[in-house]
Amino acid sequence: MAESPSHAHDGHAHAGHGAHDGHGGHHEESWFVHYFWSTDHKMIAKQYLVTGMLMGVIGAYFAYVFRMQLAFPGKPVPGYGLVTGADYNALVTNHGAIMIFWVAMPVLIAAFGNYLIPLMIGCDDMVFPRINRLSYQIFAISAVLVVASFFVQGGAFGGAWTAYPPLSAKAEYSLTPAGSSLWLIAVALEFVAFLLGGINFVTTAMNSRAPGMKAFDIPIAVWMIVIASILFMASVGPLIAGALMLLFDQMIGTGFFDPDRGGDPILWQHLFWFFGHPEVYVVLLPAMGFVAEIITTFSRKKMFAYKTVLATTFATGLLSFFVWAHHQFIAGIDPRMANVFSVTTVLISVPIAEMCFVYIATLYGGSITFSVPMLWALAFIAEFLLGGVTGIYLGSSGADIYFHDTYFVVAHFHYTFFPIAIIGSFAGMTYWYPKMFGTFMNEAWNKLHFWVTIIGFNGIFLPLFITGASGDHRRIFDYTNFPELDTPELQSLRVLATVSLLVMLVIQPVFLINFFYSMFRGKKAGANPWKANTLEWQAASPPPHGNFPTLPEVYRGPYEFSVPGRDEDYWPQNSPN
Amino acid sequence: MLDLFMLQGSSFAGSIDSLVWLVTFIVGTWFVLVEGIFFWLLFRYRKQDGVKAEYFDDGREHAIKHVWIEWPHRAILALDVIIIYGAISVWMEVKMYVPVTDETIRITAQQWAWTFQHAGKDNKIGTADDIILIDEMHVEVGKKYLFELASKDVLHSFSVPVWRLKQDAIPGRVITGWFEPTLAGEYDVQCAEICGIGHGIMPAKLYVEYPEKHAAWLENPAPMLASSNPQ
Repeated sequence: MAESPSHAHDGHAHAGHGAHDGHGGHHEESWFVHYFWSTDHKMIAKQYLVTGMLMGVIGAYFAYVFRMQLAFPGKPVPGYGLVTGADYNALVTNHGAIMIFWVAMPVLIAAFGNYLIPLMIGCDDMVFPRINRLSYQIFAISAVLVVASFFVQGGAFGGAWTAYPPLSAKAEYSLTPAGSSLWLIAVALEFVAFLLGGINFVTTAMNSRAPGMKAFDIPIAVWMIVIASILFMASVGPLIAGALMLLFDQMIGTGFFDPDRGGDPILWQHLFWFFGHPEVYVVLLPAMGFVAEIITTFSRKKMFAYKTVLATTFATGLLSFFVWAHHQFIAGIDPRMANVFSVTTVLISVPIAEMCFVYIATLYGGSITFSVPMLWALAFIAEFLLGGVTGIYLGSSGADIYFHDTYFVVAHFHYTFFPIAIIGSFAGMTYWYPKMFGTFMNEAWNKLHFWVTIIGFNGIFLPLFITGASGDHRRIFDYTNFPELDTPELQSLRVLATVSLLVMLVIQPVFLINFFYSMFRGKKAGANPWKANTLEWQAASPPPHGNFPTLPEVYRGPYEFSVPGRDEDYWPQNSPN
Repeated sequence: MLDLFMLQGSSFAGSIDSLVWLVTFIVGTWFVLVEGIFFWLLFRYRKQDGVKAEYFDDGREHAIKHVWIEWPHRAILALDVIIIYGAISVWMEVKMYVPVTDETIRITAQQWAWTFQHAGKDNKIGTADDIILIDEMHVEVGKKYLFELASKDVLHSFSVPVWRLKQDAIPGRVITGWFEPTLAGEYDVQCAEICGIGHGIMPAKLYVEYPEKHAAWLENPAPMLASSNPQ
């Protein structure tokens, strides 16, 4: 990659920024150490980013195969072959798991968290650089394991990414003895990696901020990643315990989830969703953070109601621990419990809607430039709104009786997760690319990529709201078995979704080529190409090992744009006047 | 709303559809309004030569918070209460209060088939004249049924879209519920919870019959799948 291996380490002399034992001195690193054994937060961020993008390609390939099967059931899929029921289940299961655990989390939290936190708070590295390196290494092993699960006897696990027992617990039911266990071990390792990362993010943001950076001077992106890490660490414990219990059920014959032996399959659902719902916000928040940085920069406006953003984020985070059973309304829980969870679920619309209003209000009175990162950030808001409002149907227990496990749910969560994981990642990548690699990406190609991706995305998931409302249930590999669903109208909607997916996939190499080509041939970007205020833009592009020549001091908040009486319409946080 | 896409075939289907209309009306209005404002702002405040962005100091920000945050906050809260009221009312009707039923039917799911134990002519479940059929269920229009749902192996979910009814089946438990079919015809039963490699080939056929036809079937309850000829 294009990062220069120079070692401007002046900043290391700065006292009070932790003992950076992981940083070698001024010696030349070998190629291997530089790319694979680095403790530099920026290199670890790039490792996460590239691994996440690679896994994204795999997840997208899975989506291609199963959507082809849905549109043209029983026909061999080019580049795959015939899709059996077992194949289909394995593909949808791992598409979901990979996109959430191995794409959204590494890119949004680990890559950007690692890259941005030290730079945005003005320090030279993470507090625990070696733990950081270990975190990526464990993550890389987990990624290898989940891919490897496709090549073991019996094939990959196909019990859905939620892995409900008894299907997931017993090989006689799932028919994937090795795949189930490998999958579960991979997921558990991934959690360990992010626990280690989370410790680093929270500790670094708490302890290593530049002098003068008070709580309300911290950029929203940093706040969001830190809150997301706290949510993750607070919610993942029960699931790691659950995953171990499930692994014991699979491998040594315990009966935690086996009703014949006093266990309870519903217990897993509680453990899973106690984590699973906060997890939605774990990935949402960083994306919201990127969008905040981008819309302020490209509308030259101060973030509207900064403290309200934080308050709504805390409220959302807290509420997200009390909504999990809305995934289980019809799962056989006591029906009275559904009432409680319907109330909390519908109420979570209040802080989330408020957050959206704050973002939209930030545009009011601005001077908006439609650059590529801004297009992605705006698309995030526009698309996420549809994901948000369709959640109300599902949170309303009475309506969920019908919608549960239909394509309406699939369409709803893709309208939340796609803006988060894909649109949010593209927003972040295009915005911070000049910082990461010191060059610009080609804007015309990026705009083409943006529009085709957005049109393709809506073409995939708008039809699925309709098939869902028409009674299409999820995870059924061949609708020709169901006369009500095997109609030409519904089939044409499925074909439309698949064709839209193909359109969207075809344009992605344009981005990938642009991404890697521009590292070497892109137009040089200066330190602060977008004229933004936050500290990362005050470092060189790309920042050297150690980040800043002298560690910055902070004098004001991160969004002082267009302040009256100044010549420039921006005012960097570290500029004394 | 759902009636645009799917027949209403049970006594509570209308309630669920009304709830969906209510939610659509409320969130649809908000969605259109917010997207409208959003795109208008993008147009109105696009970068123009010589026009600088505004800077809101704390006082100005505080002044416009009413419009952008506080009133929408209250409005959403109020509308949430309406939605919650609707959601819980429908939920109670469908899932919490089982009315006095006319007949009981036992439904057992397994990988990958449904077993339906009908009460038979004596109208009592668990007697010698029970009619047990695989992947085929017969009920009478206008009768209230209690169902007892169980699973032999993994999770399944008994879903009849035309009734707006769905309930997971859990091994080790018997879950009860009710329905009252209102529309005669032949419909699909789907399994709605992934249950292994045969999940996509686990349909069952539902026959909702008028009393005369149902009585005739009770006399001669041969599986109809082989000879079935829709309409």
